[in-house]
Amino acid sequence: MMDEGTELSLTIAQIVQRLKGTNLHSQIERQAKECLHRPEIKLESLKDDVRHFLKASGWEKKLQNAVYRELHVQPPPCHPATPPEHTKEPLAYMRKAQASWEKRILKSLNSMCTELGVPLARKRPAIEQKELTNKWNEMGTDEPDLSRFRPVYAPKDFLEVLISLRNPNHDSSEEASSKSYWGLVQVPLQVRDIPQMREAYSELCLTSGQLGIDDLTHVPPDLFESEHIRIGKKVLSEQDSAAAQQYSRQGCPTGLRADLWSLILNSTNSPEDVLHYNQLKAGVIHHDLLVDKLIYKDVKLTASNDDYYFVFEDYLYQVLLCFSRDTAVLDHFSYNSATPPKSYIQGRVGEEEFAVVYPPNGVIPFHGFSMYVAPLCFLYNEPSKLYAVFREMYVRYFFRLHSISSSASGLSSDPCNTMMRLLVIMLKHEVTGLRSRAGVVTPGLRVARTVRRTAGFPKTDIGGEERLRN
Amino acid sequence: MSVNTVSCTVKPAITLQLGDAKTDTSRPGVYVIDVTLPIGQTVNIQEISFKNYYTACLTLRLLIRGEEGAAKWATCLRNRCLMPSPHTEEGSQDYYSVYRQQMLIEPDNVLAVRLILRQPSSSWLNFSVEEIKIHPCITEDPERDIPDWLSDLTHVDQLSDLQGLPDPQTVSSSIQQMWALTEVMQTNQTTASVGRFDKAASHVKDLMLIYNVVLVRFIS
Repeated sequence: MMDEGTELSLTIAQIVQRLKGTNLHSQIERQAKECLHRPEIKLESLKDDVRHFLKASGWEKKLQNAVYRELHVQPPPCHPATPPEHTKEPLAYMRKAQASWEKRILKSLNSMCTELGVPLARKRPAIEQKELTNKWNEMGTDEPDLSRFRPVYAPKDFLEVLISLRNPNHDSSEEASSKSYWGLVQVPLQVRDIPQMREAYSELCLTSGQLGIDDLTHVPPDLFESEHIRIGKKVLSEQDSAAAQQYSRQGCPTGLRADLWSLILNSTNSPEDVLHYNQLKAGVIHHDLLVDKLIYKDVKLTASNDDYYFVFEDYLYQVLLCFSRDTAVLDHFSYNSATPPKSYIQGRVGEEEFAVVYPPNGVIPFHGFSMYVAPLCFLYNEPSKLYAVFREMYVRYFFRLHSISSSASGLSSDPCNTMMRLLVIMLKHEVTGLRSRAGVVTPGLRVARTVRRTAGFPKTDIGGEERLRN
Repeated sequence: MSVNTVSCTVKPAITLQLGDAKTDTSRPGVYVIDVTLPIGQTVNIQEISFKNYYTACLTLRLLIRGEEGAAKWATCLRNRCLMPSPHTEEGSQDYYSVYRQQMLIEPDNVLAVRLILRQPSSSWLNFSVEEIKIHPCITEDPERDIPDWLSDLTHVDQLSDLQGLPDPQTVSSSIQQMWALTEVMQTNQTTASVGRFDKAASHVKDLMLIYNVVLVRFIS
């Protein structure tokens, strides 16, 4: 265990290392050099004057936002003897479970590939490239024959894996049954108790205003809504990620949500980002991947167009097909418990120098994957911007929804066990009674709902099925 | 962490429990592991590192050779918490180090180390510590044995990238401004929110320090 000073120094060194060589770094260097010609920059106070210029021109704020982003995604410095796999996931049995799960997915993909005789990747003929370019903005009108393809796995398969997780060093004997966990996930991970949740989510307390509650039509807007919107506009004008994140804890006004989310994620739509997106698009045009079929099938099954509620099917293809080819996503595997799957050049199986990550971003799409993108389509209408926001959301949060991890932000602890704990505390008597009569409690909470919670819409017909809506 | 380690023998763990160990069905909650050096050898310890395996807290004792050859046991670390919650996984398989500066006594002329492991939770089938390593002090002369961090302060120009920090005056002035701001805001808060705000203020302080250092590194 390191002391605070050492930990801070290591954190700073890691952040400097990560940001050096980035586009932002070269832009700041260029700005610092160019400002030397300015009359207000004096030789005797060079550093201070340059810093003052960078602050006044907004570059210091951009750097702060980039540093804040790194602090969010990078794990805290750990003991020097810690091996890399331990940094990704400290518990050996979870690493083993994740590796076994990945093997299963890869086997499923490879067997489908072999059965159907479809290559993992192929270059498109020129005619096909031209066709795809012409219908890039309306890929949803395409109706390819995907009957032979099947999703690699569905959320319920992953749920079964999570439910079956067991710590081999944990006492699961009969005497311990009274201490067994209430929920489906039987792993002894730390979950916040009520006082800790009160502190962590203090902005949800009754004395604090919240959009969605204190801005309803019968509540005068002067009480909370007007002031909150005014502060929101100020936060956006300051372009401070940390301030935006803190602000959003009391809700984002609908009209400011898109800009606030992209500010919180430090997701810009600079010319470089647009260029990167267009390069990915070119990759889609030139090469066809097997996972493209999986994406098509998933979108058609889960988030295809509906005249009333969802008209952004084309955006889903434009984002997900590019996402599969984005090797920048591979960076997140340094803190993800998962490992990107590898494929080998034909005839060179097992030879590491002929191994490639497949798909290029290391993420095999599953049934329901398109639901990660669907809600964002309501906020962003520019494909490159939508793509940038989705990618950042994925590498920060969404990847945890389909990987086995003991992380406090992971699926095994938060939010499933947190919600279960709350339910048990609130319904203690009822749950105890059920348990003693039935012997087993199987709560209705499902991991699959965590995916569906971010998309989907209610049907308005009487007697129709109601799904959770975000 | 020093890469030098001394050769030592880790003995099998001995359980400490009340009652008859053979007939008692409950699992022990205390283990003792002795680590001995080759006969006649002593070490001035810089660091003891290990990998935890479900031990909740650790006490360290050292067998120190005194004057005239008499050896005496002394406690150098008392109940260091390795798992914040003994019933849950956090910290259960992490790597740890105990540094010389953290010990209650000077760990010099050490003949043996005793690790007393405690796990009050009955949730776990077994607990231990693994990969125990003893790292000796680098300097040979105990009279001139000062901590590395103290000697590094006198060689600012030779700081490596890992220790690059900005001019203390600049950092301290920006931190002082932030601190003044937090002080003003603290006096206007009710008692109920002061505790939270202290944490937030400390977090903001750390953030500002990080921002300043990174910016200075970029433009230097």
